[in-house]
Amino acid sequence: MSKMHIKMTVNGKAAEALAEPRTLLIHFLREDLNLTGPHIGCDTGHCGACTVDMDGMSVKSCTVFAAQANGADVTTIEGIAAPDGALHALQEAFREHHGLQCGFCTPGMITRAHRLLQENPSPSEDEIRMGISGNLCRCTGYQNIVKAISAAADQLATAKEAAQ
Amino acid sequence: MIPGAFDYHRPSSIDEAVKLLADLGDEARVLAGGHSLIPMMKLRMALPENLIDLQDIAELKGISEDGGTITIGAMTRQAEIIASAVLAEHCPILPETALQIADPQVRNLGTIGGNVANGDPGNDMPALMQALDAAYLIAGPGGNREVAARGFYDAAFFTALADGEVLTAIRFAAPPAGHGYAYEKQKRKIGDYATAAAAVILTMSGGRCESAEIALTNVGDTPLYAEEAGKALAGTDLNADAVKAAVEAAKAITRPAADGRGPVDFRTSVTGVMVRNAIERAAARAA
Ligand SMILES: Cc1cc2nc3c(=O)[nH]c(=O)nc-3n(C[C@H](O)[C@H](O)[C@H](O)COP(=O)(O)OP(=O)(O)OC[C@H]3O[C@@H](n4cnc5c(N)ncnc54)[C@H](O)[C@@H]3O)c2cc1C
Ligand code: FES
Ligand code: FES
Repeated sequence: MSKMHIKMTVNGKAAEALAEPRTLLIHFLREDLNLTGPHIGCDTGHCGACTVDMDGMSVKSCTVFAAQANGADVTTIEGIAAPDGALHALQEAFREHHGLQCGFCTPGMITRAHRLLQENPSPSEDEIRMGISGNLCRCTGYQNIVKAISAAADQLATAKEAAQ
Repeated sequence: MIPGAFDYHRPSSIDEAVKLLADLGDEARVLAGGHSLIPMMKLRMALPENLIDLQDIAELKGISEDGGTITIGAMTRQAEIIASAVLAEHCPILPETALQIADPQVRNLGTIGGNVANGDPGNDMPALMQALDAAYLIAGPGGNREVAARGFYDAAFFTALADGEVLTAIRFAAPPAGHGYAYEKQKRKIGDYATAAAAVILTMSGGRCESAEIALTNVGDTPLYAEEAGKALAGTDLNADAVKAAVEAAKAITRPAADGRGPVDFRTSVTGVMVRNAIERAAARAA
């Protein structure tokens, strides 16, 4: 049961650590790489607080071994804002529309929404609700989360048009 | 929850995976999407000493159609099934069912091979495979073999798959053009296994049902192929008596557990509702 050299690209930077094969991706990120943005809510694959992006898809990092992500490209909530710290449209929209209360689900919600808007840049309300159906929030009742994601989609579309 | 310790292997061919399984013996397990196995390992209900991750084996991936036969590689993910143009055209009940499994994150990693090989009666794909009369293609130390989905499931977590074998693909004849289909699943919330679910595939001609295949999820310790229920519909015009006979035939073979999803009577009754709804929706879709 020897340790493995695990390498991945995390938030655009090469990351590497020696870890046991049984190390879960969430523990690798939080404990070996000190990225404590992704949270552990349920530890059973239900709540989505641990959601990160892995090779272009949303995954629940409490149910993935770091060894499975060896060589992968991973994005966590820490990688969503611009390098200069300017908030992403989704982060701004969550603030503007009160898309969070305690904030525990928020890193997973935003990381998931970030991928959802790449899969579907102008989702309907139903599509947003289905898209975040793997992310639970105990506080907000979802209304403002859905509003925030929808507002961010509009904002991103306007910015894209302006750039053209 | 921390799983027990194990050594990790990532072979790049089926032959290599089969050889690793043979060399490592009893305490080796294959790892597909990990979304059934890792939760079991966290609970220490599974304690494999070696995990053989199949993710790098290209020959286990992909969906193809050839002369009416559909082949799906074991490592094809549920999200890929939902996005498949081949399945949307030839077998839309597969994406319809995959969409009722868990949530987007789980479907991004969970594979069809893991779903059918797992042997958990809560898994949704096995009953559908029985309705489609699919064959499972298996590679092992003695060569390749095929097992029909209808004969694969012995009891909860006991299947025809022997130690040392790898499920490589699923193969079935696409239902004829114009067939009607529906997968109806009652669940308490998104991400829950079925209280009861039913797959129905039928063909109609001139207002008469020519053939009907029905199978049930999570109302026994295996998926249940409801052969008599299908027979009750074949040859009829799907009148109320025929549908009632099919519903009763399906309910008669259920053996649900009483658990958080409800007592036995309730789950049996929900089975009837799922079968009825699935027949109605399938009939409305049939051309
Ligand atoms: C929150 C949550 C909700 C879920 N809800 C549902 C649901 O509603 N319906 C549903 O059907 N499923 C559900 N699942 C389970 C999910 O669909 C799993 O992905 C699936 O059951 C197993 O597929 P996997 O690829 O993850 O397999 P793994 O977990 O990797 O493997 C499962 C088992 O099959 C064996 N195995 C896997 N692939 C092969 C192969 N090619 N050859 C031989 N043996 C193999 C493994 O050794 C293991 O014993 C849920 C899971 C979670 C975490
Ligand atoms: S902590 Fe991973 S899904 Fe809840
Ligand atoms: S804001 Fe508290 S859990 Fe979502």
